[in-house]
Amino acid sequence: MCLGVPVKIIQKNKKEGIAEFKGIKRKISLELLDKVKVGDYVVLHAGFAIQKLDRKEALKTLKLFDELEAIGNE
Amino acid sequence: MEMSKDLLDGFSDSKKTRILTEKIKNIAQEIEEEITLMEVCGTHTVAIFKSGIKSILPENVKLISGPGCPVCVTPNTYLDRAISLSRLDDLILTTFGDMMKVPGSSSSLEKEKTRGRDIRMVYSTLDAFKIAKENPNKKVVFLGVGFETTAPTVAFALKETKTKSIKNFCVLTAHKLIPPALRFLAQSNDLKVNGFICPGHVSTIIGTKPYEFLVDEFKISCVISGFEPLDLFQSIYILLDRLKNKKARIDNQYSRAVKKEGNPVALNLMEEVFEQEDSVWRGIGVIPNSGLKIKNVYREFDAQEEIEVQVEKSQEPKGCLCGLVIQGKSSPLDCPFFAKECTPQSPIGPCMVSSEGSCQAYFKYGQKKSSKGK
Amino acid sequence: MITKSNSGEKISLSHGAGGKLSLELISHLFKENFKNKILNRLEDSAVFSLNEQRIAFTADSYVIQPIFFPGGDIGKLAVCGTINDLSVMGAKPLFLSCSLIIEEGLDKSILQKIVLSMKKTAQKARVQIVTGDTKVVEKGSADKIFINTSGIGIISKGIDLGKEKIKIGDKIIINGTIGDHATAVLSSRAGLEFQTKVKSDCAFLSDLISSILKFKDKIKFMRDPTRGGLATVLNEMVSGGNFGVLLSEEKIPVREEVKGFCELLGYDPLYLANEGKVIMVVAPQIAEKILNILRKNPLGKKAEIIGEITDKFKGMVGLNTRYGGTRVVDMLLGEQFPRIC
Repeated sequence: MCLGVPVKIIQKNKKEGIAEFKGIKRKISLELLDKVKVGDYVVLHAGFAIQKLDRKEALKTLKLFDELEAIGNE
Repeated sequence: MEMSKDLLDGFSDSKKTRILTEKIKNIAQEIEEEITLMEVCGTHTVAIFKSGIKSILPENVKLISGPGCPVCVTPNTYLDRAISLSRLDDLILTTFGDMMKVPGSSSSLEKEKTRGRDIRMVYSTLDAFKIAKENPNKKVVFLGVGFETTAPTVAFALKETKTKSIKNFCVLTAHKLIPPALRFLAQSNDLKVNGFICPGHVSTIIGTKPYEFLVDEFKISCVISGFEPLDLFQSIYILLDRLKNKKARIDNQYSRAVKKEGNPVALNLMEEVFEQEDSVWRGIGVIPNSGLKIKNVYREFDAQEEIEVQVEKSQEPKGCLCGLVIQGKSSPLDCPFFAKECTPQSPIGPCMVSSEGSCQAYFKYGQKKSSKGK
Repeated sequence: MITKSNSGEKISLSHGAGGKLSLELISHLFKENFKNKILNRLEDSAVFSLNEQRIAFTADSYVIQPIFFPGGDIGKLAVCGTINDLSVMGAKPLFLSCSLIIEEGLDKSILQKIVLSMKKTAQKARVQIVTGDTKVVEKGSADKIFINTSGIGIISKGIDLGKEKIKIGDKIIINGTIGDHATAVLSSRAGLEFQTKVKSDCAFLSDLISSILKFKDKIKFMRDPTRGGLATVLNEMVSGGNFGVLLSEEKIPVREEVKGFCELLGYDPLYLANEGKVIMVVAPQIAEKILNILRKNPLGKKAEIIGEITDKFKGMVGLNTRYGGTRVVDMLLGEQFPRIC
């Protein structure tokens, strides 16, 4: 029920940031998160960043898939 | 360590999803029996249809849609009140685009807009808040619809309203909560769901703990899933794997965005502004503790309490099966109105209006009994 | 016809959006009342003969907001749109009319800018604006300016396009990326506040199309996917026929930024308006040749074969998704609104 898109924070001024996604930019609110810095990726929903995206976890999820693939090929 | 676009693009990799399709076929064969999985979130419904997953799933794996479509479950009475508010002088009604086409008892916001009412679509509650600041002589009402993903954003706007002493902004809330709805479904006698695909973005706020009861009390597995094709395929695979091993578990497939503890800042904001109450889900009825009401300390910004308006007597369309459809107990194809009297241009129930509603998804993406064009 | 059920019914924005509701309005009200063989074909231009010369004749109104948008303006749009409606019927566009309805209070300098834009576009396209009309209405009765253009073109012998020429196995080609115009316009409207570098693809296609008309009867049908987008024109094409369309998702060209805009707001690029695109249904044996010719033209650099005519299903448009599934692509139901859920 919730359109949430992974966007990159390219500028920040206190609790406001400029998000970028596939070349589109928008001012968004960072009020729902602590410690967001420029370069972070966040989930954008209705004009707010609602959670930070974690690279390690993303890699883990993709790795899980690769392991799955390997199982089938044995 | 930095996230990157390439990494995120990996979740749309079609080569990977084709491999998963094979694995899903194999594991479904091993399980043999009929499996029913429910995706709760409307955005998942749309993502599933768009990617064509349903057409590739093996015969014995059924995907049904649950009540995670805020438009579908918002009661008629709420729409009727919103419509009545929009008819008041010097009032600007602001809303997410989602609500525009939903039929109330005798009209809709889209129809009211054609009649000249000041109804404005916004992308964010903050845009509505801005409209209030720019129009101090008018009352601005915002329709607060959505689940735990959206509620914190509305809570923040209300906090700002109080802090900045803005006198002309208020919210008509209809926020609902997912875990109580899941409990209602799990307790239901006639619903046989073998696994739940849980809403990814709601979970970024509430974390993983609220789903534990599904495993502890009902022994039903659930996967918190992302929205990219790889996420969905992977989540379906994980559920089937749990079923094969007869092990009920919660899996967080969307771990790149969902932390165990959720989002504490958002949760605290919600706690500060809202309190739980019993809530009516359109087509289902009352689910205990499943709705959010604005707390007394923010009462002056509650459009329900503060603005008096005459609302017509609400009526639900007779014979419409939306209620059963959103509980997964009926398919849109079972409804006597589906694709005949009830189409997206002339919807009878909300499931046909919402782009996430099962009925519209079935209609748009081609699963119709009758032939197209009628 | 006015029936008991529709008396008191109001015309909504969805009736003008180019999808199902628009088509219904056209069929029930206009076609029903203005009945004649030429209108009944409901094509982009009317085609008829005058002293054995085949003529194409079309009209269109332009009410776009905002009137200046990245990549164009309402004037350029009005000239290109009408030229394109003639060109997709295989006609060489020659003469346009230009009628303006201006809201009282509009800055003269804005009107001048628009007229100069129309002049520039018409000159480049080698068409002449030969007649027109101007009306001024009270403030509030029009949104700055509305433009209606009608156009006349001539169709050479040997060129005879129409749905009835389409055969199973024919290929469907588009000359470039979809959704650019709608993205440019929507993002420049107040209230959404998204910044993007996407420009409208607003352009006249007469030269691009004339470069492939030499294939004569191997070109079966053309249409420009304006309001309602690619999905809508393809659905209109197959409606009532004994064939369907099967598209390949991977082949449909969409800019990254347009994809991004759609993901952010819940839009679908298949339904977004284009103003510089043409879909062509052509005989399979010349499809590659046509592609090569189109790609040499700046307006066809990203041309692709995006699908084919199929007998697997009738009257429907199907899409093979990049994930190996298949789904139906229905017509636009009414105006698309942005969503957050």
